[in-house]
Amino acid sequence: MITEALFTIDFTNAAYIVAAVLFIVGLKQLGSPATARNGNRLSALAMLVAVVATIVGNDIASWEWILGGVIVGSGIGAISARRVQMTSMPQLVAVFNGFGGAASAVVAAAELIRLIDANEEIAENVSITIMASVIVGGVTLTGSFIAYGKLQGLVPTRPLLLPIRNVINVGLLITMIASTVWLVADPSITPFLIAAGTALALGILVVIPIGGADMPVVIALLNSYSGIAGAATGFVLDNNILIIAGSLVGASGLILTRIMTKAMNRSLANVMLGGFGVEDGAGASGGDDDRPVRSIQPDDAATILGYSQSVIFVPGYGLAVAQAQHQVRELADLLKDRGIRVSYAIHPVAGRMPGHMNVLLAEANVPYDELRDLDQINSEFQRTDVAVVIGANDVTNPSARTDKSSPIYGMPILNVDQAQSVIVMKRSMSSGFAGVQNELFFLDRTMMLFGDAKDSVEKITSEVKDL
Amino acid sequence: MFDASALIIALTVFVLAIFIGYEVITKVPPTLHTPLMSGSNAISGIVIVGALLVAGQADGITGQILGAIAVGLAMINVVGGFMVTDRMLKMFRRSGEGR
Repeated sequence: MITEALFTIDFTNAAYIVAAVLFIVGLKQLGSPATARNGNRLSALAMLVAVVATIVGNDIASWEWILGGVIVGSGIGAISARRVQMTSMPQLVAVFNGFGGAASAVVAAAELIRLIDANEEIAENVSITIMASVIVGGVTLTGSFIAYGKLQGLVPTRPLLLPIRNVINVGLLITMIASTVWLVADPSITPFLIAAGTALALGILVVIPIGGADMPVVIALLNSYSGIAGAATGFVLDNNILIIAGSLVGASGLILTRIMTKAMNRSLANVMLGGFGVEDGAGASGGDDDRPVRSIQPDDAATILGYSQSVIFVPGYGLAVAQAQHQVRELADLLKDRGIRVSYAIHPVAGRMPGHMNVLLAEANVPYDELRDLDQINSEFQRTDVAVVIGANDVTNPSARTDKSSPIYGMPILNVDQAQSVIVMKRSMSSGFAGVQNELFFLDRTMMLFGDAKDSVEKITSEVKDL
Repeated sequence: MFDASALIIALTVFVLAIFIGYEVITKVPPTLHTPLMSGSNAISGIVIVGALLVAGQADGITGQILGAIAVGLAMINVVGGFMVTDRMLKMFRRSGEGR
């Protein structure tokens, strides 16, 4: 009997090693669009291996409840994965992050109840990690749902600042530490529930003051938390595959968070303290700027584009809002047929989450080798005849390079102003998220094409056809 | 009672996994950052393993219900995460490549 028990434990742990290797190889294959799909399949296989090994290697007493959970969860997951619009991907990821955090917290709760019921002595490291699991999981749950609400427009996107929020937050942190000490000293469900409630409140209070434009950073960070919560649960259950997979996700989220804050020219502390956009948004609306700009019509734009040799499209979120991706790709195809070199310049914050714009353009059938990131494309603007800016603003503002007094000074931008000529499609002269006027619009080489992006691109396309 | 050796082994695994994750994920190009996020979402569904353990070993009804909830939440991540990532990656194609 003893040898049999040893065998099953070893089998499970051996299978976990296989799963860990598959997860890592799967993530490695995400390093190129050509292998990425296979990489995702390997990760899914890794998950299957881990689940089967867990079921085989342990006495699973009651099946009905588990089966119910599997059926309901898989159903919800499959339906949302099929139905979600690509523009709503940030909301989906936010919600999934929240569920992941919640799952970790619930597992910690169930394990604590089991240990208390069994009258087992609970090791201190187990009680501490149970608390870590419920605290990180709880913050992830409510934080993610507030982020979802802000992205979906259900919660006001402007930063909501409570007057004494810092005092409240410190109070919540002290409560968490105190309840952890309590649980370690005298294991019972009460300190656990206090910590859970505090974590849920903290998640709300931490995300509420952050403006809608900063949600990409928040989602990346919560992505990391959902992994860390899983790893903490691994510490509770002394389970290596949970620790490994959770850490991989934690690292991934942290890297993306850093990339996003760098692209926004902000520190993580500055994003988390919140309130960004309050003073700028109200004061410097840029509306009183009456310098002249050069305005053109779609037929002028068609002539300029049709007789150029190279074009770079610079899409911003405005393009996705106008749902103009397909129209832009159609125009690009037409230009390519005329022998014109076409590429797309994608700024890291072009969408509502890291890499979002690339997915939106891939959906519109734009080949991925035409999508270029900041480092790849910036030296090419000088050699480009026309740069077409569609629904992007702050990320093209040359003041970020030159004007030390500008709030966006130092932010990495696309050097659109270095192209021979620039066409900017925009609804009006309003300023971007940062609340500063874009110097690009006032350059001699810049032409403004006002109106709905989709409408304008369609008109240009039909004019180019007639050239 | 403080189980130091178990904690140290777990911490070793944790720290090494963070380093591997850092090395592997810095090589993912910006084009694939959204699928990376949804894919890592699916991977964080690994908590399904923990959910199965607590659900399977629960004695009382409370533990069983909590276990089932955890299994359900984790399965949303696993199934939804891998499926939506595949849906996105399917759309990425090179120039000249048909659908």
